[in-house]
Amino acid sequence: MRTDALFIGIEIDDEAAKDTALAAKLEEVCPVDIYAQAADGTAQIVAVNVDECVLCRLCLDASPDGAVRVLKLYEDGAEL
Amino acid sequence: MSILIDKSTTFIVQGITGREAVNLTRECLDFGSKIVGGVTPGRKGREVHGVPVFDTVAQVVEHNGGAVPDGSVVTVPPAFTKDAVFEALEAGIGLVVIVTERIPRRDVAQMVELADLRGARIIGPNCLGLIVPGVAKMGGIGGPAKDAAKAYGPGRVGVMSRSGGMTTEISSTLTAAGLGVSTAISIGGDAIIGSAYAELMPLFEADEQTEAIVIYTEPGGRMEAQLSEWVAEHDSRLPIVAFMAGRFMDSEEMKGMSFGHAGTIVEGKEDTAAQKIERLQAAGIQVVERIDEIPDAVKARLHEGAA
Amino acid sequence: MRFYEYEAREIVKRAGIPVTDYGFTADAGEAGQIAERIGGSTVIKSQVLTGGRMKAGGVKFADTPGEAEAHAADILKLEINGHAARGVLVDPRAQVKQEYYAGVVWDGTAKKPLILFSDMGGIDIEQVAEEHPDHVGRAHVPTLLPVSDFHAKQAIAGAGVTGRQMQRLIPIVSRLAQLFQTDDMTLAEINPLAELEDGSFVALDAHMEMEKEAEGRQRELLRALGIADDEERDGHEPSTFESAVSAIDAADHRGVIQGKDTGFHGDLGLVIGAGGGSLTLTDAVQSVGGSPANYSEIGGNPSVAKACGLAKAVLQKDGVEKIAVMMSIVSNTRVDIVARGVIKACIELGKDPAETISVFRIPGAWEEEGFKILRRYGVEHFDRSVSMHEAAQRAVDKIQGTTAP
Repeated sequence: MRTDALFIGIEIDDEAAKDTALAAKLEEVCPVDIYAQAADGTAQIVAVNVDECVLCRLCLDASPDGAVRVLKLYEDGAEL
Repeated sequence: MSILIDKSTTFIVQGITGREAVNLTRECLDFGSKIVGGVTPGRKGREVHGVPVFDTVAQVVEHNGGAVPDGSVVTVPPAFTKDAVFEALEAGIGLVVIVTERIPRRDVAQMVELADLRGARIIGPNCLGLIVPGVAKMGGIGGPAKDAAKAYGPGRVGVMSRSGGMTTEISSTLTAAGLGVSTAISIGGDAIIGSAYAELMPLFEADEQTEAIVIYTEPGGRMEAQLSEWVAEHDSRLPIVAFMAGRFMDSEEMKGMSFGHAGTIVEGKEDTAAQKIERLQAAGIQVVERIDEIPDAVKARLHEGAA
Repeated sequence: MRFYEYEAREIVKRAGIPVTDYGFTADAGEAGQIAERIGGSTVIKSQVLTGGRMKAGGVKFADTPGEAEAHAADILKLEINGHAARGVLVDPRAQVKQEYYAGVVWDGTAKKPLILFSDMGGIDIEQVAEEHPDHVGRAHVPTLLPVSDFHAKQAIAGAGVTGRQMQRLIPIVSRLAQLFQTDDMTLAEINPLAELEDGSFVALDAHMEMEKEAEGRQRELLRALGIADDEERDGHEPSTFESAVSAIDAADHRGVIQGKDTGFHGDLGLVIGAGGGSLTLTDAVQSVGGSPANYSEIGGNPSVAKACGLAKAVLQKDGVEKIAVMMSIVSNTRVDIVARGVIKACIELGKDPAETISVFRIPGAWEEEGFKILRRYGVEHFDRSVSMHEAAQRAVDKIQGTTAP
């Protein structure tokens, strides 16, 4: 799944989003609450918070390579 | 040299586990400061960026083999600040930097009174601390080490400012002009502060590295009058250049309002920007209209002194 | 917090300082009843948080309860300097032999409370100090050690007062100095402090202001005075803009924003920070001939939403087409976050950021990232090599159309 706000885009690999342990981890590490764990345990993107991303990389560090992508839309979608 | 702190100065951070304190600790360590412990009640045994955390100041002293740290940065909520400062002063700490804002004046007055009794000095409250470029910083002044290094180059000018952010803006301007900074102190934006300009002047006067002083000031209070009196009474070798912000507050419509810092409220005639400028100028202190005029004004005064 | 006279008198009374047998009411009929109970001549005083009551007709003398009721009805309807009366105070008309002044303020230089005392009461103390300095006595009091009567005695002696008057005045002035600290006042004034024909002393008027930062720990006193926890007494009614900014600030704990537009009438919206930077930049805009529509402060690293909210509030003010986004070098607040916030505000209001943001001058933390965003949206921006005044000049030139956009 992918959610684009004005400045930041977040993409979670569809398979990775089903990983409930990863979903819990993402919700925990993000300082601006971009990720939430849905009732069924899967990872969700909280659209209103996406532009609050502080580029801290904590979500990238917490997930396997390629599972999560943070895109700077103001830089032609450059990956963080 | 520098004033108040140097490369060997040791200090602690009270309230070290708070969000801002964690950042400040990282920044100071990266800049080369010696933080020998942190205190947050109930958090003994933790570490913040490698700094051991204790429940009491006495435990820090014990941990350091009985050596009392030179200073403390206090960044705890306003309701607990007085107690934290009393603890530091009673442990024998000689320099206390109070970052916390919104502390009632009665508490500030009590902290200052105890510091006087113990022969200690307070900087702040409502300040960002102080920095000796290239050597050490105590507090969040200048931000992360690399940003602080960019704005603060070592040099000849002592800076004192009632605004933390403007300390950096002015120092950056002095650095860009090749003058550099000897020691810069964010003295705090409250109506009552531990160390006003006049109380820091003797230290700068005794510091060989400092050749001139720049102050940033605002409406409210009479610490500029106090500085003018100090200058008149002492044959200071240091030329002073002042920048006064908040001139717009002199307008009749702004009367009784406070802008920027708690201490800016204009309560009497003497508090206005216009009155303060007049008083500073009468004492031979040059008052500039723009921040970007400061370096040339300092250079001109230094040149006069050398001639 | 500034107190009404009836509250200030209550504060004084609670501290053990004698007051007259006054009554407070918001009802004219009840004013008549209070006058009846008091008996004899009374004074009816408007309860407003502003000076100049006497001149405005807010203080009237009555000989009968009926007259007291009529005066109260008039005074309750009377607006003074734009302030409606909260009620009236009905006071016995005292037989005054001599008026004194007693006040306590903070002395920021000595960092201690300062007692001011004069035997020339009833007029402004600043005027007495200027014209009759030998009639003003001063004494500092400690804050760690208890206030002792001798501190009051020194201030009274300093005004040249001695004898039986001094003996009677010492406990009153000493209690005033004590309540100043225990109640966290920034100003505690009794003026006039009257010596009556029978030789007794009473506080005939009192003026008290409590420090905002201490209101939390003074809740008990405030409640005892009948002041609700959420009662605001800023001295002026917040404008629509001011209320909007306060609401945005309160909704999100990240960072701090403030906005004021009382006294500003211009067309250039200011999204500026932080404390000292805002003062400097407001001056800078005015010094180059610009006219700010507002004052604002950004500090403590606000969220994108908060920066956006402030910019929107400024842009929604009448007559504001352009904003200048400027700060002194930031080390905590992030350049990129503020850039996102102000651009978002423009876009959400259907405005072009490149047209609407006249200049963006915030150097410091995360500036490289911030400048990338600004470039993408074509917003003119500066680093620290452009001074605050130069940035202000550019913003004013653009709004006045003296420079090509």
